[in-house]
Amino acid sequence: MARAVSNGKKIANTAIAGTVGFLMFFPILWILILSFKTEEDAIRAPLEILFSSGWTMDSFAAVQARSDYFKHFMNSVTISVGSTFLGLLIAIPAAWAMAFVPAKRTKDVLMWMLSTKMLPPVGVLIPIYLIFRDFGLLDTRIGLTFVLMMINLPIIIWMLYTYFKEIPGEILEAARMDGASLREEVIYVLTPMAIPGMASTVLLNIILAWNEAFWTLNLTAAKAAPLTAFIASYSSPEGLFYAKLSAASIMAIAPILIMGWFSQKQLVRGLTFGAVK
Amino acid sequence: MATKASRSSARLMISPAVILLLGWMIIPLGMTIYFSFLRYNLLQPGATPFAGWENYYWFFTDPSFSAAMLNTLVLVGGVLTITTVGGICFALLLDRPMFGQGIIRIMVIAPFFVMPTVSGLIWKNMFMNPVNGIFGQIAAGLGLQPIDFFGQIPMASVIFIVAWMWLPFATLILLTALQSLDQEQLEAAEMDGASWVNRFWFIMLPHMARAITVVILIQTIFLLSIFAEILVTTNGGPGVATTNLTYLIYVSSLLQFDVGIGSAGGVVAIILANIVAFFLMRMIGKNLDA
Amino acid sequence: MGRIQLKQVQKAFGDVEVIPPLDLEINDGEFVVFVGPSGCGKSTLLRLIAGLEDTTSGVIEIDGADATDLPPAKRGLAMVFQSYALYPHMSVRKNIAFPMRMAKMSQEEQDKRIDAAAKALNLTDYLDRRPGQLSGGQRQRVAIGRAIVREPAAFLFDEPLSNLDAALRVGMRMEISELHKKLETTMVYVTHDQVEAMTMADKIVVLQAGVIEQVGSPLELYRTPRNLFVAGFIGSPKMNFIQGEEAAKHGAQTIGIRPEHIDVSMSGGQWQGTVGVAEHLGSDTFIHIHGIPGCDPMTVRADGEVTVSYGDTVSLTPRSDQIHKFDANGLRMS
Repeated sequence: MARAVSNGKKIANTAIAGTVGFLMFFPILWILILSFKTEEDAIRAPLEILFSSGWTMDSFAAVQARSDYFKHFMNSVTISVGSTFLGLLIAIPAAWAMAFVPAKRTKDVLMWMLSTKMLPPVGVLIPIYLIFRDFGLLDTRIGLTFVLMMINLPIIIWMLYTYFKEIPGEILEAARMDGASLREEVIYVLTPMAIPGMASTVLLNIILAWNEAFWTLNLTAAKAAPLTAFIASYSSPEGLFYAKLSAASIMAIAPILIMGWFSQKQLVRGLTFGAVK
Repeated sequence: MATKASRSSARLMISPAVILLLGWMIIPLGMTIYFSFLRYNLLQPGATPFAGWENYYWFFTDPSFSAAMLNTLVLVGGVLTITTVGGICFALLLDRPMFGQGIIRIMVIAPFFVMPTVSGLIWKNMFMNPVNGIFGQIAAGLGLQPIDFFGQIPMASVIFIVAWMWLPFATLILLTALQSLDQEQLEAAEMDGASWVNRFWFIMLPHMARAITVVILIQTIFLLSIFAEILVTTNGGPGVATTNLTYLIYVSSLLQFDVGIGSAGGVVAIILANIVAFFLMRMIGKNLDA
Repeated sequence: MGRIQLKQVQKAFGDVEVIPPLDLEINDGEFVVFVGPSGCGKSTLLRLIAGLEDTTSGVIEIDGADATDLPPAKRGLAMVFQSYALYPHMSVRKNIAFPMRMAKMSQEEQDKRIDAAAKALNLTDYLDRRPGQLSGGQRQRVAIGRAIVREPAAFLFDEPLSNLDAALRVGMRMEISELHKKLETTMVYVTHDQVEAMTMADKIVVLQAGVIEQVGSPLELYRTPRNLFVAGFIGSPKMNFIQGEEAAKHGAQTIGIRPEHIDVSMSGGQWQGTVGVAEHLGSDTFIHIHGIPGCDPMTVRADGEVTVSYGDTVSLTPRSDQIHKFDANGLRMS
C-alpha cells in the first residue's frame, strides 16, 4: 500500500526535484530561447535576452538558406530510419528463431552477438575507412546506413529477443490447439502481441542512429553528412553565431527529444540488454 | 515443440544475422591487427613492409600515448563518479512522491537525447565562452574574473559536458531499479527500527547494486569511445590535455594518415574495451539464465 | 465421441524418464481427473494427449484412430490452460471465435455458437471487452467458452482453477461439473487438489512420479485405496497411519484409519491420548491427539459441538470394519 504523504512534504519534494530538473534541462531551454532571437540579441546578458529583446524566426530561415539544412536533416532521417528497418529485417527472423526454437547454443550465440557491440569503433576505424574508400562508399548514405545497421544490429536482436521471450508459451500452444497453422499462429497471435515491443525497438534504434557521432563524423564530408556532422561544422568560428547555432541545434534534437520521451521505459531495457527491467 | 524441421528453419533464420556480424567483426578486426604490423602511411604510397612490433613501440613511446591513457582514465573515472553518485541521488529524489513527477522526469532525462556534437557546442559557446557565455557573464556580473574553461581547466570542462549527457542515463536506469523495490521491504525495515540512512544503506543500495554495476560497465564501454564531444570543443587540446585514446588514434590515422601506428592504437583500444566487456558480459549472461 | 486410449505411452526428456510406459483408457463422456502431487507427471500426460508434447514411445488413440503423430489441431480436442492463455489483443468475442475462424467456419455459425456459449457462461455483457479488463473468474469462463464452441471430442483442463481465490474456485468447480452433465462430452482434468478430484470426477487417476498408482471412482479410491500413497492422498483430513505393535495385532506392517472412523469418548476406549490442537469448523471438530503409540499425532473427526480442551485425556475407538491394512511394501492387504 502506498502511504499517504502530506501535501507539504510533496511540495518540498516537488521544489527540490523541480530545481534539479530545471537545471538539467536549462541548456536545452536556453538554446530554444536563443533560436528565436537575432544574432545581436543572442549575445547580450542573459537577463536582457529574456526580458528586453524581441522574438524572430529569422535564424531558422538563415540556417536553411546558408547551408541547405534540410538536406542534412533528410540524410539523418534516411540513415537512421533506413538502418533501423534494414536491421529489423535481419533481426526479426533471428530473434524469433532464438526465442521460440531455442537450441543448446542459443545463449552463446546471443552473447556473442552482444560482444560484437563491445568492439570499440576506433579499433576498426582504419579498415572500415579504407574499405569504404576503395569501394567508393565514403560520404554516401548507403555506406553509413550499412555501418549504423551493423553497430545497432546486436541491440535490435537482443531487444526483440527479450520481447518475444515474454510472450507466454501457453498462448502459442492455445493457438495450436485452436487449429492455427504455423503461418496463422505468426499472423494472428504472435505478430499482434509483438508489435508494441517492435515499436519500441524501432524507436530506440532510430534515436541511437540519429545521435551516433563517431562513424557519421569520420565517414562523411558534405554530401551525405547527417545532422551530427553538420552541427560539428559550427565548431568554429560559426559557433559564435549563437542564434543560428541554436536554431540548427533545436531542429536537430527536437524530433529525437519527442521520440525519447515516448520511449523512456523501453530505453532502459534496450540500453542494458535486459539486465535492468 | 522443437521438431527437426523447425530446427533447421530456425538455423536458416539466424544465419543472415550471424554471417553479417561475423563478417563485421572478423574482417576489420583482422585488418586492424594485420595493419598494426606494417609500415604503412597513406601519404607515402608504395610498399608497406612488415614492421614487426615497431608500430607498437612508436605508439607506446609517443609521449602523447601516456598522456592519452591518463586522460582516458581521468575522463572515464570522472564521468563515472559524477554520473553514478549523481544518478543515485537523482533516482532517490525522483522516486519520492511529488507533483508533476512525469514532467520533472522528462526534464532530467532530456540531455541524453541531445546529440553529442550539439551538447558539445552548446556548452562550449553558450555557457563556457569566457566573454559571451552565461558562466562568463555571471562571473562578470559578480565582479569576478571569468574562467577560460577550455584554456584553464579543459579536462574538467569536457568531463562536465559528458557527465551532463550521461547523468540522465544513470538516473533513468537506477530509478527503474529503485521502483522495482518492494515497498513492503522498506516498511518491514521501518518496523524493525531502521532509520532512513539505514534503509538506504542496507536495503535500497543493495537492491540497486546490480543496476549500478550495469550502469558503470555500459557507460565505461561508451565512455572509452568518447570522440565527438572532444572534436567539437577542444580538438584534443590545448596540447594533448584532452586527447583520449580514441582521439589519439583518430589523429594518427585520419589526420596523420599513419595506418600502422593508428592500427596499433586500435588494437590497444580493443584490448582495453574487452577487459570491461568481459565483466559486463558475465553479468548479462547471468541474467539470461534467471 | 471422445474415447481416448493410451497404450504403453512413455515420455522421456533426454535421459530422464518422466512417464514410464503406461496404459489408460478414458471412455466417452467420462469426467476423468488426473491427480497427484506437483511434479508427478500429470500435466505432461495431459500435454501428451493434447499433442503439445511428442510421445517417446507408445500409441495414443482417439476414438479408435491412431493420433500419436497428429498435430494438436487435428486431434479434435480443446484445452483450457492454467493461465487461461487468452489472446490479450483480441476481444472476448474474437477470442472465442478464434478456433472457429481457424476452421473456416461460416460467420453465421460462428455468431450462433458465440451467442450460445456467452449465454451459457454469463459472458454476454463482456463480449467486446479485452481479457485484460476481466476478473479471474471471467477469464476462466472465456477460456472455457473458447473450448466449447469447437464442440471438441474431449476437453482438456490443466489446473484451471489454481489461479482463482477459494470462494470462486468452489463456484467454478460446480460450473464445470454442470457443464459436463449438460454436454456429456469427455473431460480430462488435471489438478493437485484431491477435493477437486473427489467432487468432480467420474474416474480418478492417481499419479506419482509418472506412475499410475490407482484408477477408480472417487468412492472406490476412498474405500479401498490400493496402497499407502493413495490412502494418504485421498481424503481430508488425511488418513492416520499406525505402525508397530498396534499394526502387528492386525497382522499388518501399517494400518490406516480415517479420522472420521474413530469414535471419541471420555473413557473406556481402545486408545488413550491427550488433546493437542482442536480445530473447530462448526460442523465438525478435528482434534489432534498425542500419545497414541505408533501414530503421533492422531487426527480425529468429532462432532462440531464437542468441547475438549488442550491437555484433556480422551479415549479413542476405531471402527473395526474401517481399518485399512497394508503390508511391508505399502500395498493393501484385503
